[in-house]
Amino acid sequence: MKTENTFVALALAALIAGTAVPHAQADTPANMLVIASRIDDIKTFDPAESFEFAGSDVSRNVYERLVNFDPLNLDAGYQPQLAESWIVSDDGMTITFTMAQGHMFSTGNPVTAMDAEFSLRRAVVLNKTPSFILTQFGFTPENVAKTIVATDDMTLVLTLDQPYAVSFVLNCLTSTIGGIVDMQVAMENEVDGDMGSAWLRTNSVGSGPYKVVDWKPNESVLMDLNPNYNGNSPAMERVIVQHIQESATQRLQLERGDIDVARNLSPADVAGIADVEGVKIVDELRGRLMYFAANQKNEMLSDPMVMEALKLAADYEGMSNSFLKGQYTVHQAFLPRTFLGAIDDLPFNYDMDMASEALANSGFPNCGPVAISVRDAQERINIAQSLQNTWGQLGCDVEVIVGTGAQTLDRYRAREHDIYLGAWGPDYPDPNTNAGTFAFNPDNSDEAGATGLLAWRNAWALPEMSNDTLAAVVENDTEARGAMYETLQREFQITAPFGVMFQQIEQNGMGTNVENFVAGGATTAVSYWVVKK
Amino acid sequence: MTTIFVTLLGLLFVTFMIGRVMPIDPVLAVIGERATQAQYEETFIALGLDQPLMVQFWIYVRDVMHGDFGQSIRTGQEVSSDIARVFPATFELATLGTLFGVVIGVPLGVLAAVRRGTWIDQIARFVGLIGYSMPIFWLGLVGLLVFYGILGWVSGPGRVGIFYQGIVEPITGMLLVDSLLRGEWDVFKSAFSHIILPASLLGYFSLAYISRMTRSFMLEQMNSEYIITARVKGLSEWQVVWGHAFRNIRIQLITVIALAYANLLEGSVLTEIIFAWPGIGQYITTSLLANDMNAVLGGTIVIGSIFVGINIFSDLLYRFFDPRAK
Repeated sequence: MKTENTFVALALAALIAGTAVPHAQADTPANMLVIASRIDDIKTFDPAESFEFAGSDVSRNVYERLVNFDPLNLDAGYQPQLAESWIVSDDGMTITFTMAQGHMFSTGNPVTAMDAEFSLRRAVVLNKTPSFILTQFGFTPENVAKTIVATDDMTLVLTLDQPYAVSFVLNCLTSTIGGIVDMQVAMENEVDGDMGSAWLRTNSVGSGPYKVVDWKPNESVLMDLNPNYNGNSPAMERVIVQHIQESATQRLQLERGDIDVARNLSPADVAGIADVEGVKIVDELRGRLMYFAANQKNEMLSDPMVMEALKLAADYEGMSNSFLKGQYTVHQAFLPRTFLGAIDDLPFNYDMDMASEALANSGFPNCGPVAISVRDAQERINIAQSLQNTWGQLGCDVEVIVGTGAQTLDRYRAREHDIYLGAWGPDYPDPNTNAGTFAFNPDNSDEAGATGLLAWRNAWALPEMSNDTLAAVVENDTEARGAMYETLQREFQITAPFGVMFQQIEQNGMGTNVENFVAGGATTAVSYWVVKK
Repeated sequence: MTTIFVTLLGLLFVTFMIGRVMPIDPVLAVIGERATQAQYEETFIALGLDQPLMVQFWIYVRDVMHGDFGQSIRTGQEVSSDIARVFPATFELATLGTLFGVVIGVPLGVLAAVRRGTWIDQIARFVGLIGYSMPIFWLGLVGLLVFYGILGWVSGPGRVGIFYQGIVEPITGMLLVDSLLRGEWDVFKSAFSHIILPASLLGYFSLAYISRMTRSFMLEQMNSEYIITARVKGLSEWQVVWGHAFRNIRIQLITVIALAYANLLEGSVLTEIIFAWPGIGQYITTSLLANDMNAVLGGTIVIGSIFVGINIFSDLLYRFFDPRAK
């Protein structure tokens, strides 16, 4: 089916490549934003459970957080939103938030510290997949009654299990799980002690600029203005996101003026639409990284010189300028650009002479059999084939094993791969999100079963680097913290059995009249409320 | 009834086993790769995967008998409610497509047989050949480009225009029918403008099959002695063709049309993807790619049951048209 879908896309791309479609610009109303996107990953709108891209896009526009990012100035980092200020205790273990006045839920209820207490507590108690973003600060279902406390309507106190960098805590609170829900309405819809979870899957009760009016899975999400929104009234009074699977179909709709934004255009369609009147392409750097990782249980791959050879024998520029053109840029560090502590260093350039020399100096000068485990996504298969080609020139006997996402992931989590080729996106907008998985593995034993850590999955023991990662999360001087991650990454680039290769670029097609469409950069999700036409 | 029961039970068994032998970890599919080991184990037990296989099968059969296909991990909703939402979309599309195929395909087939060897026959055969040999997605894409992209005669992807979404409260789930029942003419016009292209496309493929088969059946009849006798008796050509020859191919045509209809109900995946039509074919396919086995199995059972249902219905029609079948 994947192949058929790809064929469909290629077929239409080829078909319409040279076909001019009459452009009927801006047929959509001036106060309505119509978006074509792939939204079939939405499972729920409940901020305690939502962990998918399309769900996060909705959540960001529906739920406010204690602190949040300004879409027109993402580089400024977190800013006050429902909390107007906060103070940290001298011992660094308590953060006291003062709530801002005037915020109202779409239901008409005022937002209070009680709602914040309820929302954060329920995220911990429900223990859904994203709950680790909060529980990493020591919150447990058993202790939330004491550690997440609203002392009055305007004051919320969080008590951490140890001092952490305030930037770390607040960055985590900007993620989807930090969304504040209307306690009263959620509990009115509670079923069997689920704290309103089932109801919140399909309904929204936030204080953000929009409220979800209708959701048809795999079909569309309809959002209207929250009449009680505290901020400036958005220009887009209604937002409709249609699920359109095919890039070519999105392109046709955009050219016809039936939609304002197309979010999943293929490189071929981006190229085809670039010169179309009334349409523009806006590039935005996102947080997703493409990397390969070597299982250190494999004796050959645990040889540092072999790893150096493999990193040198990857044609980074060749790939990014051909089949990944416009979609990925070369990036070789585990923090995406724009994150605190991100670096631009590119220590590995495609150099077969140096690669051969490194291999000759290794314990495996003739290389040997290497299996690349990759899921059945076209761009990843292309990368695997490129590596197969260049590593093959080194003398390695490279086999590409293509499987479903679940199959390859199963092998990866069970530490049964040789080389895993995959992608990783940040879970929350703090450097620890990637440092804590790429460069942290306190117990490398099989029994530890730390399947969530990429370092563990590759059986990479790194005690010193793990300590450095831990040290970075408690450093309160943001500048010094950033410097710690820079150092950590430079060491990682040279010593790790990971070859980080690319960072994603999102190319959105939109009408030339659409302004301020911010997909969220590397740190957050899309913000419809600043869009103008 | 016994046959139907055994067939459905067999279908349940096969779908259940497919769900269990697929190299997919259902737990990971639910919780994602970022979940902790504790969350993994909790979900493993919650899904009943710690139970013996036969116990799991029994629970599965029991739940299905109660209309409970479980929850879709992809949509977060009950599979039964998902199917209730997506199936009418496919039903509407496939029915219109079949109607198109029958209304044009049957007369075309009859005409081709009666005028065998003439230009009408050649056109009918050519149309059938194209319908058989051209990939459906290709024609869909061309149709979309020409009739929507360039000419603008029809609306684009989806079931209805964005301005009409959510206006009609579902009754049957079929937008054309519901908008008529509610008296929402503008919604009806928009829905019709959206469905006409994919339905015509599906109808064309039905037409190709139905017209070829009709022609073949008719040729066989037209060469029979009773047709010569009818002509000798001085009956008009209309009476010979429609009153005698066609009358005798009705049973075979019912089978052909039923098969074509069933194929459209489950086999319009590519059309649904190209036209962003939220039907059951697309639902099952995207669920499969997302390892959402509850949804896949639920959809498969529904489609399988419809096949059985269509077969039963065509059996009943046999008896209606041919008393000997009783």
